[in-house]
Amino acid sequence: MRDVYKAFGTKEVLKGFTLEVYEGETLSIIGQSGAGKSVALKHIVGLLQPDRGEILVDGERVADLAREALYRLRRKAGYVFQFAALFDSMTIEENVAMGLRRMSEMTADEIHGRVEECLRLVELEGYGARYPAELSGGEKKRAGLARAIATKPKYLLYDEPTTGLDPVTTAVIDRLVIRMAEELGVTGVVITHDMDSAYRVSDRIAMLYDGRVRFLGTPDEVRASGDPVVKAFIEGRPELLEAVS
Amino acid sequence: MRFSVLDPVRALGHTVVTGVSAVGRMGYLAAGAVRALRQVDIWGGLLLGQMARIGVESVPIALFIATFTGIVLALQSSYTFTGAIPLYFVGTLVGKTMILELGPVLTGLALSGRVGANIAAELGTMRVTEQVDALETLAYDPVAYLVVPRILAGALMFPMVVILADAVGVLAGWGTSLYLLDMSSPEFLKGLRLFFRPYDVTFGAIKSLSFGLTVTGIGCFFGFSATGGAEGVGRATTRAVVVSSMILLVLDAFWAAVLL
Repeated sequence: MRDVYKAFGTKEVLKGFTLEVYEGETLSIIGQSGAGKSVALKHIVGLLQPDRGEILVDGERVADLAREALYRLRRKAGYVFQFAALFDSMTIEENVAMGLRRMSEMTADEIHGRVEECLRLVELEGYGARYPAELSGGEKKRAGLARAIATKPKYLLYDEPTTGLDPVTTAVIDRLVIRMAEELGVTGVVITHDMDSAYRVSDRIAMLYDGRVRFLGTPDEVRASGDPVVKAFIEGRPELLEAVS
Repeated sequence: MRFSVLDPVRALGHTVVTGVSAVGRMGYLAAGAVRALRQVDIWGGLLLGQMARIGVESVPIALFIATFTGIVLALQSSYTFTGAIPLYFVGTLVGKTMILELGPVLTGLALSGRVGANIAAELGTMRVTEQVDALETLAYDPVAYLVVPRILAGALMFPMVVILADAVGVLAGWGTSLYLLDMSSPEFLKGLRLFFRPYDVTFGAIKSLSFGLTVTGIGCFFGFSATGGAEGVGRATTRAVVVSSMILLVLDAFWAAVLL
């Protein structure tokens, strides 16, 4: 993403946001609620269009892509939504199969097999016949992850995968994020404000502040950072921000 | 708070801009829906389900309304005609009014509540819970997946439901004439046939087709435009019903002026 600007009405959310994600890495974007993390993520798959600047995925400018080309790009990227965004009227199996039905030439049996495989991967074996309303928050997030990985994407985008979860379930989700990177070799972008989670899963961490990247580095570099904005966030000390503003 | 003389002008300007913007976005959605018709692989498998939900499941409420409308029409026309006009005109009035006006309009208004509200609430919830975005990320065109099958189902099923309601309304009027008005069947049927033209049914069907397009289209539009959680979905649902009911009445007058 290069010099991206995005405003909603008079509210400027991204103000020159620039960030490069390397192939095979897991990069977390941290920042306060409302900082524009999810907005930045949605630009990557063309769910939002920038007012200015450009987003390049595999060398293609996302904003310039026609609908069919955009769908081809989306086939390479799995998106895990903050609240899972599972289709209420469908079973978990149908949810996970949605992308496969659209994006592959697989037979019904092959799709069923792949769905089972994905549910096993996210530790939801035997949940296929249930409806989203019958799942807990953590199970819904894992089902959302199963749906995102079903088509074997090259990229996985996670929008606050651990928000609102208990520490044990958070650790389970983190383990899955790491597993996706190590076993499936996917490039991941994780939006989070959970620092423990960010340290665990990330190769690099970017701090989003005031519409642009304030700091970018490895988890160790983030821990050692003397930047008051970074320290305020990771240590939960808002008084440090007062000095900045 | 201080009042400025420019406040009413600003408010008027805001209303005009909002209205024009909404019409523009409706046009954009309509154009998207026409374009999405090509994606039969997406909407084809969903059409029958929507026809059942929008049409078949609306039959009970439509028939309930038609039955009582037919009864009231027969009773009121008899009350009006007695002593002045031959009673077989009760059949004329019940038939003409049901088929030309009350069948399509009352069914349309009832379905704008049942179908329009249902569509706006469902799509609105999908919008605010990011299910519409999820469809996009799974390479489904949300307009092809959500809007096209609903609008097509509305256009196909509204006329069928209305024709059924017309028939039941006339039957209810006939039954009322027989059992409450001391009329005979030949009398009622004489009146019914007197000014009946098959074109009347065509007129009602055309009108109800336009109502079907309106109710489902407006429901989809406000559902897709919903923002801000449960309150936003509630607001979208209310607007869908109010706006589609108003457009429906305007269309009613339009078709009467153009086709009769």
